[in-house]
Amino acid sequence: MEANRKYSVLLPTYNEKENLPLIVWLLVKVFTDSGLDFEIIVIDDGSPDGTLEAGKQLEKIYGKDKIVLRPRKEKLGLGTAYVHGMKHATGDFIIIMDADLSHHPKYIPEFIKKQQEGDCDIVTGTRYVGSGGVYGWDFKRKFVSRTANYIAQVLLRPGVSDLTGSFRLYKKAVLEKLVESCVSKGYVFQMEMMIRARHFGYTIDEVPIAFVDRMYGESKLAGKEIVDYLKGLLYLFANL
Amino acid sequence: MTKLMQWLAAVGLFMSIWLAIVLDMISLNIPDSKKEILHALPVYILIVFACYSLALIGYRVATFNDCVEESRELKEEIQEAKKELTEKGYKFD
Ligand SMILES: Nc1nc2c(ncn2[C@@H]2O[C@H](COP(=O)(O)OP(=O)(O)OP(=O)(O)O)[C@@H](O)[C@H]2O)c(=O)[nH]1
Ligand SMILES: [Mg+2]
Repeated sequence: MEANRKYSVLLPTYNEKENLPLIVWLLVKVFTDSGLDFEIIVIDDGSPDGTLEAGKQLEKIYGKDKIVLRPRKEKLGLGTAYVHGMKHATGDFIIIMDADLSHHPKYIPEFIKKQQEGDCDIVTGTRYVGSGGVYGWDFKRKFVSRTANYIAQVLLRPGVSDLTGSFRLYKKAVLEKLVESCVSKGYVFQMEMMIRARHFGYTIDEVPIAFVDRMYGESKLAGKEIVDYLKGLLYLFANL
Repeated sequence: MTKLMQWLAAVGLFMSIWLAIVLDMISLNIPDSKKEILHALPVYILIVFACYSLALIGYRVATFNDCVEESRELKEEIQEAKKELTEKGYKFD
């Protein structure tokens, strides 16, 4: 793989003290094994559990050029965390993923390979096709997920099988443009990114991923999220 | 054109053709015995679409991969990570 390209991983964290060292270790391993230039930008939003302290320990172990801590004082949400992290990114490509070990770094070389094959602008992980899948989901969660995805597919016909996933690789300029033009929050934000990307004519490819539900830390699948999802979907349906 | 407008255009086009046939503005010489089917056509289509959707979602739920192997591997890697990080001086608490 080409050595002159650099990859910046954005890791937004909120109460991920247990997960952060593990995900960082996995990331460093994958990048080192494949001989790629990288940096990991940790955007912690003042987690009360001491995630930032964990980050500082990792900074000492792996060095300031590999672990870039860019914390914020309070919980300001995921969307702005990406914007904040991106401002400090020095890579040509940006990889966005969750810090809770749901997204395994072992897929990153596949993302990169896919990106290079077609020189595409975005590569997104998908739980819904091929060898992709989930671990730790009960029937209800699978049903809700499949239904939500089906409705989005029918209404928006996006040409992307996993709209709400948040494990993606972007060309830096592409992500900058997209983040600037997206207005939604939460799951809908990820969805809007894909729909707008299509509108701008960006090319998108996919890599099947296994999504392993978080083992450490709090999880939340509330009724409110389903309502917000439907509202956001209708917003995109009517406006894009 | 938004997705909503595309949908409205497609549904509107279909409904106007259907209406034109039902009101005999376009004469297709459909025998009276078949007219009933014609009149209920939009409802039939809705029902078929709903059944198709439910069947597809059901199929996809049933065939949703359970990534047991990946989860097991991850657990092993976590043990390895903890060991190596501790060696490097990381303090878990
Ligand atoms: N900086 C920052 N990170 C956040 C915020 N909210 C969530 N995160 C992080 O964003 C990633 C995704 O959030 P999750 O809580 O895993 O969301 P989810 O995957 O939809 O839900 P569960 O994993 O089931 O809890 C994780 O790495 C979180 O730590 C926030 O307000 N600020
Ligand atoms: Mg998660």
